Amino acid sequence: MILYILCLVLFLVGVYGVISKKNLLKIIISFGIISYAVNLFLILIAYRRDGIFPIYEKGANPKVLVDPLPQGMVTTSIVVELAFTVLLVSIALRIYEKYKTFDITKIRRLKG
Amino acid sequence: MIAPYFVLIPLVAAFLITLFSRKKKNVAVCLAIFAGIALLILGIVSFVLVSKADGPLLYTLGNWKIPWTINFVLDYFTSFMLITIGIIALASLVFSINYMTRYTELWKFYTLFMLMLAGMNGFVITGDLFNLFIFMEIALIAAYALVGFGCEAEELEAAFKYTVIGSLSSIFVLLAVGILYAITSTLNMADIGHNIISNRGFILYFVYGLLLTGFGLKAAIVPFHAWLPDAHSSAPAPVSAMLSGVLIKTLGIYALIRVFYHVFSISTTVLNLFLILGAITLLLGVLMAKLQFDFKRLLAFHSISQIGYIILGLGLGTPLGILGAVFHLFNHSIFKSLLFLNAGSVEYATGTRDLREMGGLGKQLKPAAVTSMIASLSISGIPPFNGFFSKLIIILAAFQAKQFIFALVAALGSILTLASFLKVQRYVFYGDPHGIERKCEKLPLCINGSMIFLAVLCVLSVVLILPGIKELILDKVVETIQNRQVYLNIISGGQL
Repeated sequence: MILYILCLVLFLVGVYGVISKKNLLKIIISFGIISYAVNLFLILIAYRRDGIFPIYEKGANPKVLVDPLPQGMVTTSIVVELAFTVLLVSIALRIYEKYKTFDITKIRRLKG
Repeated sequence: MIAPYFVLIPLVAAFLITLFSRKKKNVAVCLAIFAGIALLILGIVSFVLVSKADGPLLYTLGNWKIPWTINFVLDYFTSFMLITIGIIALASLVFSINYMTRYTELWKFYTLFMLMLAGMNGFVITGDLFNLFIFMEIALIAAYALVGFGCEAEELEAAFKYTVIGSLSSIFVLLAVGILYAITSTLNMADIGHNIISNRGFILYFVYGLLLTGFGLKAAIVPFHAWLPDAHSSAPAPVSAMLSGVLIKTLGIYALIRVFYHVFSISTTVLNLFLILGAITLLLGVLMAKLQFDFKRLLAFHSISQIGYIILGLGLGTPLGILGAVFHLFNHSIFKSLLFLNAGSVEYATGTRDLREMGGLGKQLKPAAVTSMIASLSISGIPPFNGFFSKLIIILAAFQAKQFIFALVAALGSILTLASFLKVQRYVFYGDPHGIERKCEKLPLCINGSMIFLAVLCVLSVVLILPGIKELILDKVVETIQNRQVYLNIISGGQL
């Protein structure tokens, strides 16, 4: 249980970072922390005590296996988050070219 | 065997466009238009097939049994959404033939557009909760890139905002999917619907909250709406038409309906929440729109307000309310994309989006003036056009459900919308010309064609509500949404 709570804390740290940080790069890093927390959560729900990897071997007769499906989900979501991060960083770089700053309080041409 | 082609065609088109169009410029346009036409035809064919079978059609990848496979489900509601996406995508693609010529690297635009289309179609037809997340990401990543396509300062700023908020909401959805998997040990939506035990108490409400936040952010329901005006007004006009016309509805409204009506059985708590959020969204959107002087930004705020109508109709929970919501969903996607295309054509001709700098354009841009008049009358609910009927149904449904305050709010929102669009008409197409420089005297053929196509649809879609045709299409969709058991039964059988 303590692991789940720590995982939630990690998630909230990330959300806090995205909401309150002023620097574009720090926002991107906070977003990474949120993704780590969610991936950790998916791995945690797949974990079984004393479970081994779910690959069939001749002769072996394991009693408890870990759940392989969330592991597959994690690899997929890592790829998705890679795409997000690359996109975010490239947009941040182009923003720096235009505004000469990473500070979001100075990047405010849109209003209304 | 029709279901996979909805994802396959745009994906293959995107691949071929990147492969061939660096050398030959026209290949990209031709491939994209061809894919758009094929998807629209397939959408209509799928509706006919579903009508023939009179129930959901199931397609399982690799013929595996259901809990272990990825499955696609076609039912009335899915086909209805697919047709809507097809119509708007085709109109936007035809519009962008001329409009996008002022940008460079056009093959990238068409590739991203096709990827967005693949994501949206996949999102609609999938029957698997994790695949829902994946297709959502495909559509969203393409949409982020398209919002920032022009690479001007404002566009990049809007794209960054949209990316951060959008991906945050996606992470919420992923967390909810993980918790649902932990509860039910399955990812199939119908299977989850079977296995979910409604009195799980706290944890289920946590999932409700996560999903409502995640999809509510996509649909721009009011506490989560801040990104929409920036993103939708900064994108190129055909992309705005796509985003406002169908993206917020597929990723937001469709997902809310699918998850809350089919996966969980709808509860009065959620319905009341929908009602209140819908009413707030409706009023706040239209009030904010009245303050705007940027043409596209004004339209974006109206998108928020119209989403409020749809959520309000859903929240009533009666068949009539859902009918109004579904019909308004279709109507709004048509007239709102038409309005965005109008804004794009005015921008094409004059180079500005500020209402105060325009004036007297009605004579020069005759097709844009006429079609935008039709769209304005539709969105503000003036009788012969489609918007009137869907709003009337929602208001009647509110009266029928004895929610008089919400009926009053819906009527008030409609009046404020009319006032706002009278302002647009007066500033842009009537009044004195301010002598702004015009980039071209007449609009090109493709821009006019796509606008007239949508304007004709604005009038024609009234047919959907006529007795006789209503039973064939809209009533079936409403029945599909209401009847959860039919969706859950696909697990035990299904054809195609």
